[in-house]
Formats: sequence, structure tokens, C-alpha cells
Amino acid sequence: MSLTWLSRRLLLMAYTMLVVAVLVFAITQVLPADAAVTLLGQNATPAALLALRQKLGLTDPTWLQFWHWLWSLLHGNFGTSMRTGLPVGPTMFAALSRSLLLAACSILLMLVIAVPLGVLAALRRGSALDVFASLVSYLGISVPEFVTATFVLVVLADRLGWLPATGYVPLSQHFADGVRHLIAPVLTISLVLIAHVARMMRSETIDVLASDYVRAAQLKGLLRRTVLVRHVLRNALLPVVTVVALDVGYLLGGIIVVEEIFAIPGIGRELLIAIQNRDLPSIQAGALIMAGTYAVANLLADIAYALLDPRLRYD
Amino acid sequence: MTDLLRRLFRTRQGAFGVSILMIVTLICLLGPALAPYSPDRMDFLGRFAAPGVRHWLGADQFGRDELSRLLYGARDTVPAALLATLAGTLVGAVLGTLSAYAGGSWDEAIMRTIDAVMAIPGLLLALLIASTLGGGEQSALLAIAIAFAPGMARITRSVALAARQEEYVAAAIARGESGVRIVFAEMLPNVIAPVIVETTIRVSFAVMLLATLSFLGLGAQPPSSEWGLLVSDGRTYLHDAPWLVLVPGAAIAISAIGFNLLGDGLRDALNPRDER
Repeated sequence: MSLTWLSRRLLLMAYTMLVVAVLVFAITQVLPADAAVTLLGQNATPAALLALRQKLGLTDPTWLQFWHWLWSLLHGNFGTSMRTGLPVGPTMFAALSRSLLLAACSILLMLVIAVPLGVLAALRRGSALDVFASLVSYLGISVPEFVTATFVLVVLADRLGWLPATGYVPLSQHFADGVRHLIAPVLTISLVLIAHVARMMRSETIDVLASDYVRAAQLKGLLRRTVLVRHVLRNALLPVVTVVALDVGYLLGGIIVVEEIFAIPGIGRELLIAIQNRDLPSIQAGALIMAGTYAVANLLADIAYALLDPRLRYD
Repeated sequence: MTDLLRRLFRTRQGAFGVSILMIVTLICLLGPALAPYSPDRMDFLGRFAAPGVRHWLGADQFGRDELSRLLYGARDTVPAALLATLAGTLVGAVLGTLSAYAGGSWDEAIMRTIDAVMAIPGLLLALLIASTLGGGEQSALLAIAIAFAPGMARITRSVALAARQEEYVAAAIARGESGVRIVFAEMLPNVIAPVIVETTIRVSFAVMLLATLSFLGLGAQPPSSEWGLLVSDGRTYLHDAPWLVLVPGAAIAISAIGFNLLGDGLRDALNPRDER
């Protein structure tokens, strides 16, 4: 991995975030919401509204407003929530940490299930397991999260009573209870991820199994297990890194829905509440932080890919 | 064309997908005629009726027949998703082909910007746009179309880039055809096949996105019986009447699976070399 590659990649990420910022700002500008009315209420006098608008800088030209906004963003200031009056940044990052816990658990569960499932399906093509794996893939890809979540709630929480219905308990407060509250949302989110990755893993493994180097390794008389781990798994896992990074996009979308349904105070739920209340600073911060998380995930995936695949290192 | 259809039906996914979608199409076309009741007919004695002889799929909190609501709601769900996808595909395909044709720094600028837009997760982008447009079925539709366009542009571009190297484009340039004509008359028809596959698969996403937006309150509004809205309505009565969420949830899933299967079948039918 050369320094020029890395700096070009970082520059690209900066450009991405700039475009995202412009987009988010443009969208929130068009939103039918007047901060002054929101703060003072419907019955405020026109003079008071005008005064507040001037104080908030809402009478400035749009480009100047954008510049002020971007400038304070770069200084880590995301503004003040119009709903709670609290600074948006700390609220959003605290929410993000809860979402990241959810995301990390989901990715972990996905890896534990999807990688073996995909490899086994590829090794035994046409078997019952293969059919089962492709069934799971189709279900995961075709069932929206809000439906999966509702099914999980009906079966695991309502009918069987194994899990608490909704809510969030911090792990630091009560570990076992916190874990119990995480199970249903993690199951919901990981189903989509399992679907994507198991599918990818299966087709990659089939490709690698047919390659010359695997045939050579087999003919050399290496143990079946050695061939599988050292040659097949290592090469088939490579593209999966990219899929996982792309899946972070789905994951962040899914998290909005799942957090809403299971009442988890993560960034997705914060964002939805902000949208419902037309709380512009919170919408902007939430959208930016989510897009930023996705951008960082993609950067890490690219770096991991470059480290894992020696051919890309000297590009 | 008939050859393609035959190959499509020979793939397991294609045959399954087409069958599912034919049923869904019939429901969209004939739904109101098939429905046993009016979707808004309330029956206070039949509130939360379990699925049975009177109400095949049960009744909701106002005693409205779930089957009738489902059949009527199909029109707000599937055709809307199809329309949104087609609009997004059209914009994306034109943009991607133009970008590939322009090449050079224009191509670079357009593609990097598209990359940046795609850095916003799809649902998030759709949510933001839908709320900007004020919510409701139409703004959800438009939001999905806008959210899909960049991805379609990227795919069309990569196909069009390959097409640009082809001799027929060189021939058209040599004939002195205008840039617009080359893009629309020569290149676009040739990049259409992979785009169709991607579009088909995306309709399933659109079905899910549309239902998700309604579920979150930014899509279709009551009294519509759009399927996502049905799930969202039924969620309050999860314990006493689980069929109110299970039935529309299954309907959404089955339609989405139909489009996914059709897309996979089409891909196999268009690439006979790939035996997987």
C-alpha cells in the first residue's frame, strides 16, 4: 500500500463527505420548517420572528449560511437541537455508540453463520444444506427489516416469551439483561447480512475450488483440510471484505428501522425523531454522522483489501 | 425474444419468479373485483375476527376484512414500486451513458459525485428526500426514484464504457452522427440487457423501501391499505391479532422474492455461459 494510494483515497473520502454535506444542507434547506417559528411558536409576532431569524443568521444568503455551518462542523460543533435545546454532537455520538454495538454484534453473528454456511453449501452443491442456504438468502434479501423484526417479535417475544419485547438496557448497567434485549434486534439485522455474505461466499468458494492452484495443491497430496483453510478459504474470503463494507450501508439503513421497532436509543432512532420533529440541526448531524460512518467503513475495507491482496499493494 | 423466454423458464428461479409475479399482477389488476368486502367496510361486532370462514385472513381493529384490504392495497404497493424503479433507471441510465460517452474529466467528476451520493445509505437518502417532499405516497415514490438513479448510472456507465470501444460507435462517429444521437440511438439500446437485470432486482428493493417508508409514516397515508401501512397499523395489536402483521408482511416478502427470482433467472438466461 503506497503513500500516494492512501492519500488519494483519503482525498476521495474528503470529497465524498463534502458532497454529502452539500446534499444534506440542500435537503434541510428545502424542508418545510422555519426554525424561528419552531422556537417561538405559531403565535409569535412578525417582529419577534424577524429578530430571531436575524440572530440565527437565517436572513443571510444561502452560501453564507452553508459556509458558517460547515465552518462550525469542522470545529466539531454540530449545533443545538431545536427540540431539546442540548448540543447535537454529544447526543448523536452517544447514540452512535449504541448503534455501533448493535452493528458489531450483528456482523459478528453474520460471520459465524454465513461463512461456514456458504463454504459448506459450495462443497455440497445441490444438497439439502445448499437448498436451505439459498432459501435463507432469498428470504434475507427479500424480507424488509420491519417485517423480519415484527415476525421475530411475534414468535420469540410474544408467543414463546423467550425474549423481552422492546427496550434497551446498557450492558454496563446489567450485562445479562442488556444481552437479552440485544438478541432480537441483532437477529433481525444479521439476517440480511447473512443472506448477502453466504451467497457471495458460496459463489466465491465454487470459483476458487475450480482454480488451478487448488487443483495443484490437491495433486501435491496436501490434506483436504489444509487445502480448504490455506487455499480455498483464504482466497474466497477476500471479496467478502468488500461485501461486508458495502453491507454497512444496508446495515445503517436497517438500523433506523430496527431501532425504531425495538425502541433502542441509537442514531437511527434519533434521526427519525429529528425528522418527525423537523429538528434541522439533529437531522443534519444524524445524516452526516451516518454517511461518515459508512465512508470510514469503506476506507477500512479498502485498506484491509490492500493488505490482504499483495497484488494491490504496489498500485 | 421467445428464445430468451424459453431459457428463462428453464431456470428454476425464472419459472418460480414469473409464476409469483403473474399472481401478483392478477391481484393488482383484479384485486377490487376479487375482494369479498369493501376495504373500508367496518363491522364492530367482527373486530379482531380470527382468520376463518367469514374473514379468510381475519379482520382488523375496526372489523375491516384483512383480505379485502390486502387486495386493494396491492395497487398502492407493487405498481408504485415498479414505477419508482423505472423512473430511477431511466434517469440513471441516461446519466451513466452520457458520462461514459463524455469520458475524461467530465466522466471523472460525474462518477466521483455519484460515489459520494451513494455514500449515503439508500434508506437514509430516501427518508431525507421523502421528508423534504412532505411525505405521502408520491413523495415516497419520487424519493425512491432519486435514491436509485446513482446506482443505475454507475452500472450503465460500466456497460456503456465497454460499448464505447465497440466498432459500431466508431462507425457512427465516422459517419458524423451527433453526440446525442450516438448516445441515445446507438449506445443505449446496446447497454439495455444488463440494465434490465439490475432493474428487475431493484424492483424488489423498491417494494421493500416503499413499504418501509409507509411503515415509518413517510409514505402512503391512511385510509390507504398499502401493505407497509397495514403492518404498521397491525403492530399495535401484535398480541391479540398477529395475522394483521403476518399477512401483509408475507405479501411484501413474496412480491419482493418474485422480483428477485425473476432477476436471477433473467441473468442466467442472458448469460448462458455461466452454469451456476
